[in-house]
Amino acid sequence: MALYSEKVMDHFRNPRNVGVIEDANGIGEVGNAKCGDIMKMYLKIEDDVIQDVKFETFGCGSAIASSSMATELIKGKPVSEAMKLTNKAVAEALDGLPAYKMHCSVLAEEAIQSALEDYQKRTGKTFE
Amino acid sequence: MKIYADNAATTKMSENAIHTMVSLLEDSWGNPSSLYAHGQMAKEVLEKARADVAAVIGASPDEILFTSGGSEADNQALRSVAELGRKKGKMHIISSAFEHHAILHTLERLKKEDFEVTLLDVHENGLILPEEVEAAIREDTCLVTIMFANNEIGTIQPIREIGRICREKNVLFHTDAVQAVAHVPINVKEDNIDLLSASAHKFHGPKGVGFLYAKKGIRLTNLIEGGAQERGRRAGTENVPGIAAMAEALKETSSRMDENTAHLTKMRDKLISGLAEIPHSALNGDATHRLPSNVNFCFEGIEGESLLLLLDDKGIQASSGSACTSGSLDPSHVLLAIGRVHDVAHGSLRLCLGEDITEEQVDYIIKSVKDVVSYLRGFSPVWRDLMSGKARFIL
Repeated sequence: MALYSEKVMDHFRNPRNVGVIEDANGIGEVGNAKCGDIMKMYLKIEDDVIQDVKFETFGCGSAIASSSMATELIKGKPVSEAMKLTNKAVAEALDGLPAYKMHCSVLAEEAIQSALEDYQKRTGKTFE
Repeated sequence: MKIYADNAATTKMSENAIHTMVSLLEDSWGNPSSLYAHGQMAKEVLEKARADVAAVIGASPDEILFTSGGSEADNQALRSVAELGRKKGKMHIISSAFEHHAILHTLERLKKEDFEVTLLDVHENGLILPEEVEAAIREDTCLVTIMFANNEIGTIQPIREIGRICREKNVLFHTDAVQAVAHVPINVKEDNIDLLSASAHKFHGPKGVGFLYAKKGIRLTNLIEGGAQERGRRAGTENVPGIAAMAEALKETSSRMDENTAHLTKMRDKLISGLAEIPHSALNGDATHRLPSNVNFCFEGIEGESLLLLLDDKGIQASSGSACTSGSLDPSHVLLAIGRVHDVAHGSLRLCLGEDITEEQVDYIIKSVKDVVSYLRGFSPVWRDLMSGKARFIL
């Protein structure tokens, strides 16, 4: 029995949407190095739709996989829909995470939310 | 390529130890406490193993108590000396901040039973200063317990000198030698050791077996009550095949100590210089006073678990002191004890080489670690901040 599901290992080994968006209009960073996890999300939003998303993560296998999956779940989605992303959805899409690694999915949700807040702050728009 | 580089976690059993164990399971499965020949045959095997173990560390057979492993030996050593201390009103114990949890957690328990514990500083190089042991000893000190070699960073302590000080001050001295036995020279008499813990699976013996050496005259307290096995100090029918296999592995590994040390030291130093080429990295623990098999590095800007998983994909099995590998939020207490801050301690890697490691394998490890560290740094926000000057490098 492996520590992680095949899905987690796939997203860890081949993370989707890795990198930086230079002209991002929504950036969020959560976590801290002291606890061993930092996630940074870059969003490029046009007409309130997430056209592109990239991430950078310092963290364990499940942190990297959670970041990767979270970006996949919101890419191409309207901001209002992305706002509803939960950590549960991230973990489920990864076929589950070990109990003590669930905080990685929470961090991924928070990183997306933080980037979306930044977008709202920059544009003065509010999404429910 | 498959390289097992986690020999501080456990070692592969030697063929001789396996053979010893299996043949005893088949032929000599009697109870050593039984009076008929089949039982007495097992008893003979047991006592031969005791004599062999004793001889390797310079002890007498009646000073060796077989246990289920290093943790039990540690627990029993500390409990026993604490009880002796309590009777004399001496309730102060000296240890170090980076002991194994079998020691630290037992000390925590003893603190709840009104013992006072002083944990000595292990300094940046992971070495305890004998003069600081001396300065910490008080009138009411009953025990000094310092590990022989650290399980994470491999630093070897000045055991003989610490033991000499303890003898002078009339304080009992215990050492958790789980990582050292069969790998570095140990003679309990010359090294002034009163009690010593060891574990078979760290020197190519089986798991679930270990021993406690206690100098003649030190009264041990039972952790397990019951029958009269082990001179009444550890109840339960003896694990004869395991014990005999441990003795076999101990003799075998110890007999090759000189050649193993020469080869491993060369491989270790090659690995250390190769990994030191990685920018913003640092060796943990003293470069020379360390086990010949142990390499432990911190790499800034990355996290240890992802490093381990990617090395595993490349066939290299290693370990890390990162919080993510421990199941808690804190990184290794050993790395924190030598002054590594959390941010850096999360990015640690321990490689503990086996005696059969080749130069080609060391080259492969160096290349693999370089590739993985640089890959992970490539999308680490911490590394980006360090490179852009937004944050300051620690290493």
